[in-house]
Amino acid sequence: EAEPAPSSPPVAAQTSEAPAEGLLVAAAQADEGGSGAKFGIGREALPEEIDAWDVNIMPNGEGLPEGSGSVADGEGLFSENCAVCHGEFAEGIGNWPELAGGEGTLADKDPVKTVGSYWPYLSTAWDYVHRSMPFGNAQSLSDDEVYAIVAYILYSNFIVDDEFVLSNENFLEVEMPNADGFIVDDRAETEYPMWRAEPCMENCKDEVKITMKATVLDVTPEEEGTVAEALTEAKAELEEAGSDSEGSETVEASAEETADTEAPAEDISAPDPELVAAGEKVFRKCSACHKVGEGAKNGSGPQLNGIVGREVGGVDGFNYSGTLADHGGVWDEALLAEFLADPRGTMSGTKMAFAGLRKEEDRAAVIAYLKSVGE
Amino acid sequence: AEPDPLITETQGFAQSLGDGVDATPYGLPIEYESDVIRRNVEWLTADTISSINFTPIHALDGTITPQGCAFERHHSGAIDMSKDEYRLMVNGLVGTPLVFTYSDLERFPRENHVYFCECAANTGMEWAGAQLNGAQFTHGMIHNMEYSGVPLRTLLEEAGLPDDLDGKWVYVEGHDASSNGRSIPIEKALDDVLVAFKANGEALRKEHGYPVRLVVPGWEGNMWVKWLRRIEITDGPVESREETSKYTDTLADGTSRKWTWVMDAKSVVTSPSPQAPISHGPGPMVITGLAWSGHGAITRVDVSKDGGKTWETARLAKPGEKMALTRFYLDTVWDGSEMLLQSRAMDETGYVQPTKTQLREVRGENSIYHNNCIQTWHVKENGEAENVEVS
Repeated sequence: EAEPAPSSPPVAAQTSEAPAEGLLVAAAQADEGGSGAKFGIGREALPEEIDAWDVNIMPNGEGLPEGSGSVADGEGLFSENCAVCHGEFAEGIGNWPELAGGEGTLADKDPVKTVGSYWPYLSTAWDYVHRSMPFGNAQSLSDDEVYAIVAYILYSNFIVDDEFVLSNENFLEVEMPNADGFIVDDRAETEYPMWRAEPCMENCKDEVKITMKATVLDVTPEEEGTVAEALTEAKAELEEAGSDSEGSETVEASAEETADTEAPAEDISAPDPELVAAGEKVFRKCSACHKVGEGAKNGSGPQLNGIVGREVGGVDGFNYSGTLADHGGVWDEALLAEFLADPRGTMSGTKMAFAGLRKEEDRAAVIAYLKSVGE
Repeated sequence: AEPDPLITETQGFAQSLGDGVDATPYGLPIEYESDVIRRNVEWLTADTISSINFTPIHALDGTITPQGCAFERHHSGAIDMSKDEYRLMVNGLVGTPLVFTYSDLERFPRENHVYFCECAANTGMEWAGAQLNGAQFTHGMIHNMEYSGVPLRTLLEEAGLPDDLDGKWVYVEGHDASSNGRSIPIEKALDDVLVAFKANGEALRKEHGYPVRLVVPGWEGNMWVKWLRRIEITDGPVESREETSKYTDTLADGTSRKWTWVMDAKSVVTSPSPQAPISHGPGPMVITGLAWSGHGAITRVDVSKDGGKTWETARLAKPGEKMALTRFYLDTVWDGSEMLLQSRAMDETGYVQPTKTQLREVRGENSIYHNNCIQTWHVKENGEAENVEVS
């Protein structure tokens, strides 16, 4: 049902009135169909280059590398790499996607679409985890780790048992519950004939009544470019995490805190702009979970305004791990640098899934950046 | 009446001097237009890095969307990539897999086309009821630009098409961390898809895929892959995340439509609307809006002031163009009474934009995507407008 559209004009037609002979030849070739025009532009892609980029996995498993991973290994990997957004049991945190559950809900008012309840092909899950996850640290997982994480997601959906090991060999044996739940676009048969008719112009209805108003829900952001503060129950239902609603209070509280802790001498020295700029780039690794700057709110991680000199675990309304909540003291530069080098080694039990910044210059830069903003 | 001091008194700008040239080497809108900006709806998504915002269509006129306020959609953030760092690979079932640099692309014969890009989720929050109060939020996941670029067909032919095109697909993916990838049937890929590097005459903005993006006329915005990295001819669809778990439309019985690529005919009154109320009282006024269709050119737009009982045909600013926005005007006289304003687009295939009730009868309320229903604004006697649904 592809749309009838004019075929593209031959190459030479858009060039000058007297096209170069080569173009005419090319256009003639294009007109004959088949192999078409060649300009001799570009170079041949090398096998290593194709291997590096051509990583898609087809529904029949084509493209899968050799390897395997168990549910048990996947559980630990999932906890470290995925749970910060998707929850320990793949149930999803806040607005981040749920990966498990939802079976039998697709015809309900608000269907829960997860890998188990919705995704028709397992290849999609492997491909996506492998190329795009974890969020903010894509393409960092080994093939075996991807097999293990996908095995754990299957286990979270009760599709396999806890002894299961997923590999390239048994990949196609896994049955996806909603594999038969899709039909190809049928609008051309089910809709277009009905709606390709001469429309009514007069006396089209006996009466018209307003049946619903947007202002009843009131979920529209306010005009000033800032976000509506007073989002109603609709929002409360949508956001289970809850931390967001305390956001604005939290920012005020931390601003006071920062004022109280008067900057020590070293903070008064002018920041090195190059270091700050470098730190801003490094901070992109953090920004999926942490916000900083005016109006920064808690996300998956706490907002970081005034973090240097701030109490450890000190943002009200953020649900810290026990380790951070009970730590006491303040984040000075040394403690931050230590934590950033090895988050889980420094603060055992932290929920921060980030693996850490290995380079000392990256740690120094990101600390300089954090000092320069949101103070 | 009192004389107008803006006329009778010499104003500062009529006496002293304004800015010299180069005051802003790359210009920005004057401060009085600072409300004409993209906006997002925070509760929609978990994080702005993987999110969407909306074009301020209520405040624009004509059809071309300035890049600076054209909606953005990222899956892993807008990346920072220079032309020098840019590479494009064409591989798969081709004669010779090729790599192009940015400057290579500029050596191919180029075309210019104006097309709309609409996110499949535009108006998606309105399935279950009137929800967002403003054309920007209900219909702002759309923009319309003039693209300059190379036909995808040219690049595929450069690499060498397979002899048998039957059942072949083209998989396209981006350079960003999400590497958003979509499968396009070869017929469309060879028809009108463009590998674009300029929009509205200048380089693409970072948020729209600088330096190179795909343009897939009339089809859902998710397929317009930004930061285009790789084009592969395959013998089937990849069934990537964005074409299975997302961008599939669940019907009332729980089955889901896939491959719903074409954006059906749609229109909306942009003014008056909730963010653009009537400020002048009864008398002559202009009702205006936008219409578009992924099936071709818009041929007619009708406007109703009474919630669909009676309709009058609006004036098209110029004849509709294929897969591009069309501006319509209804030059009318407002008597000051309340209105239930609607617009209804028709395209060259004879398709008439359906009501929300008609759509729900076929699809239920869980489709999320492809909501092209007729929109209603309740304009009150004081000129304010609200998003409503009518019987």
